[in-house]
Amino acid sequence: LPRPASLTPRLPPPRSRAPRPSASSQVHTTDFPGNYPGYDDAWDQLRFEEGFRVDVVREEEDTLEFDMVGIDAAIANAFRRILLAEVPTMAVEKVFVYNNTSIVQDEILAHRLGLIPIRADPRLFEYRNQGDEEGTEIDTLQFQLKIKCSRNPQAAKESSDPNELYINHKVYSKHMTWVPLGNQPDLFPDAGFRPVHDDILIAQLRPGQEIDVLMHCVKGIGKDHAKFSPVATASYRLLPDITLLQPIEDEAAELLQKCFSPGVIEVQNIKGKKVARVANARLDTFSREVFRHESLKNLVRLARVRNHYIFSVESTGILPPDVLVSEAIKILMGKCQRFLNELDSVPME
Amino acid sequence: VQADGTDGNCVTFVLHDEDHTLGNSLRYMVMKNPDVEFCGYCITHPSESKINFRIQTRGSLPAIEPFRKGLNDLMGVCQHVLNTFEVRLFPEELKD
Repeated sequence: LPRPASLTPRLPPPRSRAPRPSASSQVHTTDFPGNYPGYDDAWDQLRFEEGFRVDVVREEEDTLEFDMVGIDAAIANAFRRILLAEVPTMAVEKVFVYNNTSIVQDEILAHRLGLIPIRADPRLFEYRNQGDEEGTEIDTLQFQLKIKCSRNPQAAKESSDPNELYINHKVYSKHMTWVPLGNQPDLFPDAGFRPVHDDILIAQLRPGQEIDVLMHCVKGIGKDHAKFSPVATASYRLLPDITLLQPIEDEAAELLQKCFSPGVIEVQNIKGKKVARVANARLDTFSREVFRHESLKNLVRLARVRNHYIFSVESTGILPPDVLVSEAIKILMGKCQRFLNELDSVPME
Repeated sequence: VQADGTDGNCVTFVLHDEDHTLGNSLRYMVMKNPDVEFCGYCITHPSESKINFRIQTRGSLPAIEPFRKGLNDLMGVCQHVLNTFEVRLFPEELKD
């Protein structure tokens, strides 16, 4: 779409809305200096700060839903990618198997142990140096899992319920105990490092089988292995923008209301006639059902507001989601700083 | 970081251990600079984590300047986002 080089400068869309169905036509941001004559698109920090805002919509223990308005896709996506892959956490990396007579193979057991989220603030620890096999107290957390299954002498003779017949036949994550290394008891007297959830089933045993392993947790990032990812998922979507091109009344209004998710379109009674109105476009999931009806197809324009991002961050419980977002932003700043430092230190030829 | 180019105005930086996360956001910030004629990045091979980041300037400005400015602007954006976010989330701490 050509930019309106017209009378009213800087008036809303087309450049702030990405229309559909021709979705592929305006996907990339085009407001770079020089693209549109008469508009000054050069980077202006003050203009950005005026237009930018963050609204927290919903904040629960493990989930955070917030809006970022006034930022570009490239940066919003950078935050999402960092949340998924580059915020560090602690997870089990090395498993020393002293005895494993259970049905679960060593490597499968080690894989499962690695995926268990550990409640340990990764900011208190350092990364392990490459090639360092032993692990020092500043970069390693040690856990022990030692459990043996035995027959329950008090069980009834004819019972077939494994819960009654056997003791310790299910190995849960609550059986993992922290073994402090070095001066860790002094550094973290009240920490009580343990898995986030106590009821993760690791393995099942029968009498006579036992598991005796020692685990080393290290700090890592999701890029290396997905077990280090601190979020269950982190995603964003753009705010929908639904415009009714003509007034829609009576049965068409009822039909329109059914085409969208509940709560999006509201039918009001104005002077005896039912008139449709867009109540809350945010709730829409964009099923595009409206385009299946010939009578409504051309009366509605479906688009998205290009710089309004609705983020949804769900944490695994290691760190609260608001801390995760702050850490992600700091990591992006750290990346820039790293290159700035290199630019200053290394002379360019 | 390695630089390689014909003269000071068009330079290709090779950034190691980086991917779209920094590449795309930095490209956006550098494109916002009116002195830049061309800015783009590409990932040479998906198995290697390095990007080729190319900047060409109009006129006589050495290409390293928009690169530095882009990094500084991106830092500024992140700082502002962080401040706004923390103000929004932890208003209790500010009352102290």
